[in-house]
Amino acid sequence: MRGALKAAFPLTLPVMAGYMFLGLGFGVVLNQAGFGAGWALLMSTGIYAGAMQYVAVDLLAQGAGLIQSALMTLMVNSRHLFYGLTMARRYADSGRWKPYLAFSLTDETFALLSLTKAPEGVCETRFFAAVSMLNQCYWVLGSLLGSFLGQVLPFDLTGIEFSMPALFVVMLVEQWRQKKARLSVLLGLFAALFCLFILGAERFSVPAMLLITGLLLLFKKQVLSGEDKA
Amino acid sequence: MKSFLIILVVALVTALLRFLPVYLLGRKDQKLPENVLYLTRFMPAAIIGLLVIFSLKGTNLSSWPHGIPEMAGVLLAAALQHYKKNTLLSVFSATALYMILIRVL
Repeated sequence: MRGALKAAFPLTLPVMAGYMFLGLGFGVVLNQAGFGAGWALLMSTGIYAGAMQYVAVDLLAQGAGLIQSALMTLMVNSRHLFYGLTMARRYADSGRWKPYLAFSLTDETFALLSLTKAPEGVCETRFFAAVSMLNQCYWVLGSLLGSFLGQVLPFDLTGIEFSMPALFVVMLVEQWRQKKARLSVLLGLFAALFCLFILGAERFSVPAMLLITGLLLLFKKQVLSGEDKA
Repeated sequence: MKSFLIILVVALVTALLRFLPVYLLGRKDQKLPENVLYLTRFMPAAIIGLLVIFSLKGTNLSSWPHGIPEMAGVLLAAALQHYKKNTLLSVFSATALYMILIRVL
């Protein structure tokens, strides 16, 4: 496991910056809503879904109904179905790590794991597990820090959360380098922008996933033919 | 108690969404339809574009600075990665530029 952690750590540094900061923000907001560090720890270990945890603070503050909470979670997190679908094959052999790998599949962990291979000589399952665990550690630590520090931060770190989109842009550039992936990248960008434009920022992600699925199937021949050229 | 139950429900629904596909489609001996296998191969490349847009969806274009810091950060990250191929350099330079721009603009 130590080898896997060593191989995984440099890869997770951008996520570290993003998660520590977003986690910190979550801890602060949760604290302001009247829920202390114990709650932050419970939510960041038990739910572990960035955007949804921010929504959950509102649910807690309003004392929302359980059905309403369930529906809200379904809406905000349905995109995770697509991550699981994509990773299912690669997690097939993961044995005792499988439940944790499935549980910890956040946007960022998915992006890292679906687009990278374990380095030579490192067991793939352990590498997946190491990336997943490190990422969750950053998130939990950030939440706890935010909860303890409240608003008194020694530095103004506003904007460090931009490491997340920056990481995704870098991964997009890397995909673009592989000619066989280019058409898929374009279809994804198009579907996302189209749905964002039509449906707005709050509701576009799941329709965009569905549109991506449809477009990939529709253009299957072209997508696959790109593979021969590469 | 109510708060605890809300957290439990959110956690269970989130976990369900994550577990379902992994356990339904993730047995090794299982024969999957060809289209599903095809999708799992090309989905990651397609979803990365969506994640870029998703992570920038909070950008406010209608008032000053009209998304200039975001745009500059994205361009710097892409250009550095294209020429230098160093992920950490690209991510941290772009983040630093963004942090400076949102303060000075």
